[in-house]
Amino acid sequence: MEGNYELEKRKYVIGGTAVVIIIVYLIRLFTLQLLSEDFKISADSNAFLKRIQYPARGAISDRNGKLLVYNQPAYDVMVIMKEQQGVDTLDLCESLDITRDWYERRMEEIKDYRRNPGYSPYTQQLFMSQLSTEEFSRFQEKLFRFPGFYIQKRSIRQYNYPNAAHLLGDVGEVGPKDIEEDNYYRSGDYIGKLGVERSYETMLRGEKGMESLLRDVRGRIKGRYQDGKFDVAPIPGRNLTMSIDIELQALGERLMKGKLGSIVAIEPSTGEVLCMVSSPTYDPRIMTGRQRGKSQKMLADDPHKPLLNRGIMGQYPPGSTFKTSQALTFLQEGIITPASAYPCSHGFHFKGLKVGCHAHGSPLPLVPAIATSCNGYFCWGLYYMFGNRQKYKTVGDAMTRWKDHMVSMGFGYKLGIDLPGEKRGMIPNAPFYDKVYRNRWSGLTVISISIGQGEVNLTPLQIANLGATIANRGYYIVPHVVKEVQGMPLDTLYIRKHHTMVQPKHYDAVIEGMRQAVLGGTCRAANSSSYEVCGKTGTAQNPHGQDHSVFMGFAPRENPKIAICVYVENGSWGATYGVPIGALMMEQYINGRLSEESEVTASEFEDRHLYKIN
Amino acid sequence: MNAKNKKKAPSLLGSLDWLTIFIYLVLLALGWMSVCGASYDYDQAGNILDFSSRSGMQIVWIGTSLLLALLITMLDDRIFESLSYIIYLGFLALLLATPFLAHDIKGSLSWIKIGSFSIQPAEFAKFGVALCLAKVMSIYGFDVRNWRDLIIGIALIVLPMGLIVMQKETGSALVYSALFLVLYREGMPGCILFTAISAVVYFVVGVRFADEPLWGIEQMSFGHGLVMLLIQIFTVGLMLTYTKSSSKGDSRKGSSSRRKLIGTLLTVDAAAMLFAKYVYPCDAVWVMVVANGLLVLYLLYLSLRERMMSYLLIALFTLGSIGFFYSTHFVLNNVLEPHQQTRIRVLLGLEDDPRGAGYNVIQAKIAIGSGGLKGKGFLNGTQTKLKYVPEQDTDFIFCTVGEEEGFIGCAVVLLLFLTLILRLLHLAERQPYTFGRVYGYCVLSIFLFHVFINVGMVLGLTPVIGIPLPFFSYGGSSLWGFTILLFTFLRIDAGRDRMQR
Repeated sequence: MEGNYELEKRKYVIGGTAVVIIIVYLIRLFTLQLLSEDFKISADSNAFLKRIQYPARGAISDRNGKLLVYNQPAYDVMVIMKEQQGVDTLDLCESLDITRDWYERRMEEIKDYRRNPGYSPYTQQLFMSQLSTEEFSRFQEKLFRFPGFYIQKRSIRQYNYPNAAHLLGDVGEVGPKDIEEDNYYRSGDYIGKLGVERSYETMLRGEKGMESLLRDVRGRIKGRYQDGKFDVAPIPGRNLTMSIDIELQALGERLMKGKLGSIVAIEPSTGEVLCMVSSPTYDPRIMTGRQRGKSQKMLADDPHKPLLNRGIMGQYPPGSTFKTSQALTFLQEGIITPASAYPCSHGFHFKGLKVGCHAHGSPLPLVPAIATSCNGYFCWGLYYMFGNRQKYKTVGDAMTRWKDHMVSMGFGYKLGIDLPGEKRGMIPNAPFYDKVYRNRWSGLTVISISIGQGEVNLTPLQIANLGATIANRGYYIVPHVVKEVQGMPLDTLYIRKHHTMVQPKHYDAVIEGMRQAVLGGTCRAANSSSYEVCGKTGTAQNPHGQDHSVFMGFAPRENPKIAICVYVENGSWGATYGVPIGALMMEQYINGRLSEESEVTASEFEDRHLYKIN
Repeated sequence: MNAKNKKKAPSLLGSLDWLTIFIYLVLLALGWMSVCGASYDYDQAGNILDFSSRSGMQIVWIGTSLLLALLITMLDDRIFESLSYIIYLGFLALLLATPFLAHDIKGSLSWIKIGSFSIQPAEFAKFGVALCLAKVMSIYGFDVRNWRDLIIGIALIVLPMGLIVMQKETGSALVYSALFLVLYREGMPGCILFTAISAVVYFVVGVRFADEPLWGIEQMSFGHGLVMLLIQIFTVGLMLTYTKSSSKGDSRKGSSSRRKLIGTLLTVDAAAMLFAKYVYPCDAVWVMVVANGLLVLYLLYLSLRERMMSYLLIALFTLGSIGFFYSTHFVLNNVLEPHQQTRIRVLLGLEDDPRGAGYNVIQAKIAIGSGGLKGKGFLNGTQTKLKYVPEQDTDFIFCTVGEEEGFIGCAVVLLLFLTLILRLLHLAERQPYTFGRVYGYCVLSIFLFHVFINVGMVLGLTPVIGIPLPFFSYGGSSLWGFTILLFTFLRIDAGRDRMQR
């Protein structure tokens, strides 16, 4: 340990470093606090007024450039608690048209740390939000009489169309949780609450600015601190272009009037959502300004749940539309070929199990089985797949393979659409059935999943996406409602292709089946003279009431422009509501308008209500 | 609290270092006043002690910290040494698990929620690392002057740093680099520390002042010129320190040649600058670069002539410095994407970002500047109450001291910290065993780093790295962490002459 004496000297280096640091800091403090003229002025604490400058929120337009949402000026009344003492309350209440009671309650709320976590009596607090221009000008005249009260210019959202409320969403005041999670927000700020307003919040909101103003002893503003050297200008939010066609959306909402359900249309080649109707809906304009709270409560109390976006939150049995996915799986797995035929005598009868079917020829090969929507065919298919012990060691293995196919088609998990609240639907897997049936189950036990019943649940978006996948012959792009964010590339999630596990060649037979369904099968009403429609109906059994009416289709057959899912709750046969509504929607999108004849049909459907509108 | 202790163990009480405890208590008191200043409002009169307010909660943290301190002083001092590996491994496991257990608080994955409280394991892990480092370095025959042992020491420090970086808490991770001071004290060659610090200085200075013109001449970059000058200063400094000739005759000749060298360098630099300023505006920094190149050649020549390894090493240092500066510059500007560049600049607190870190610093300066000589008085500060700086009572707490207590208060606080650090230095040096000494150095290095970065950032002198000011910043995790760190050392120190008794 001889060297230790040498090393001990190093304590002087370390100690010296500490001394030097502290001396440097003391010099710096000395210059900042005692020498610098810059900061002298701030010795008087009231000399400063820091004012936040709010950026304009981004505007939203539809795929054809029609403006959907924009801003209109509104005025917030702000208060600095430390300065507002001695105000004539009565006069103030009169000028703002509020009661004394409201005034006192509001003042208490502002001071409550639990409700207003960012509270400080030295900064502006929101007193009353969103005064209209008239209210503002009335108050402005008297403002000088109310020291401590200020006007903050803000903006409220304006909507050009009464449609697409679920997609556009709305903005409202931030809650304590938002403030805690994101430093950007202060009490009284606005934040997107639903729809794209929420999912694109950070792009729409822009960046706040801040100006430091100087005041004299009486609190009058004298100018900018250091000529605005420390000011920060606000940056306006980015504009959004939605992939929605507002005309199509409006027609969809019209057709779904008085019915529960959803219409989702997708452009197959891009994954862009063309419309997403959820019925019942509401006018987005009732969610602006000070009426928002009241409207919100009214909608939340409605038994038909208009706030629910059924397009992504409704989880329904897909019914026979699901058979297309089964045909593809069986073809890929080599269980069937397009020529395989299975018998069906009014259904699937085997070992005492019976799945009913309607009258048609028997035995049937694949194409007519899809066209006539034969239950028996797909039950046999699943039975042979799950019973195939050469290919799959156990029924569990077969089930897992089946589940993988379903997941590759976009079922069972959230697709990842750019809207909040998407549900994942339900695709059962082997462990699920092991648990339910205590390991004693076979293809027969779960046979109803082959016809889109039983445990299988999909969202209308997933059904429409199935249509898009078939239209694309084997891939999909994650559906999204925003086509373009100003000055930013689209998330790669919405560009990448997701391929299914099925080879493109197998799609031809299924598409032929869907084409035959339109030409001579279950969806004849969807036929059009100007373009080739392919479709598949579904009549989803509903143990709680009337069956659900479903249609899934796309058009034209080559280079498809639109894939669609129509889901009408309690609409009985697929052909009753699903097919005609789907046909009108495709016509509107492909032709850009409805023919006179179709216009009559549209009005008819608009007036056919399945529940009473109050 | 301590009165009870007195009856139980009078001898222990006598050997505790009361000066340190006194400073600790004074800092706690001043810290609490500052938290009050940053969060208290008149309108909520009476709530200064209310547990729903930050100042009230801080009392809870202070009270529990005192209990912890008492508990630690009552433990046997040997227990820390015997448990050090277990404690270290335990903390490593906890740090590894933290990102998975944590809930995201503003992008950081370092907080674990227990009931209604959140704790930050990174604040406590310093204790484990310090103990483990002390234990390993006190193993018989362990010597950081051996490469193998040095690497073990460095690995012990770098491992938890990496885990904390994974929690996206770069600031807390950087604190561990303070422990390199301990390695230095225990024999790590000074040139390693010097080289590392030089690299950081080149990088920070180079990036920060890259776009500022030198002496008003647009063609020249202030950062570039300053780094080149620093390289010259460091090189000459190294020559003066490490190449003292052994024979007496040589030393006179050597010192006169060194004087000539310094003179030449200064003349060349000054001439180049004057030329650029008054004759023809051009980037005269390149003259300095060439001068540095010639300096390297001169050093190589000396190393051959004098047959001294030191000249060669210094030449390598100089060449390495120039190379390092240009390669980081190149990587930052040409290899990385623009958004990555911005990220690095913001991370280092270098980006002039008036919306983020830069804005906080401006606000902090206004608040401190408004304090003047004596400050506005307890609870009378207003700038710090405006809440325009989000971390007002945590990372930016020193603003409140500056505003309410003025220059006098700041000076008192800084001098208290200095006294504490120097006192710990003294205590560490009086330890009879390596374990106690190394642990003591760990503690004082950590305190020094926190004070250096935190106060420097508020004063706009160091990059904005969000780490707390010991005993001042609001929050239980950091207060408990520092208390455990400090009192463990005091307990070890109190047992220093156990053998003699």
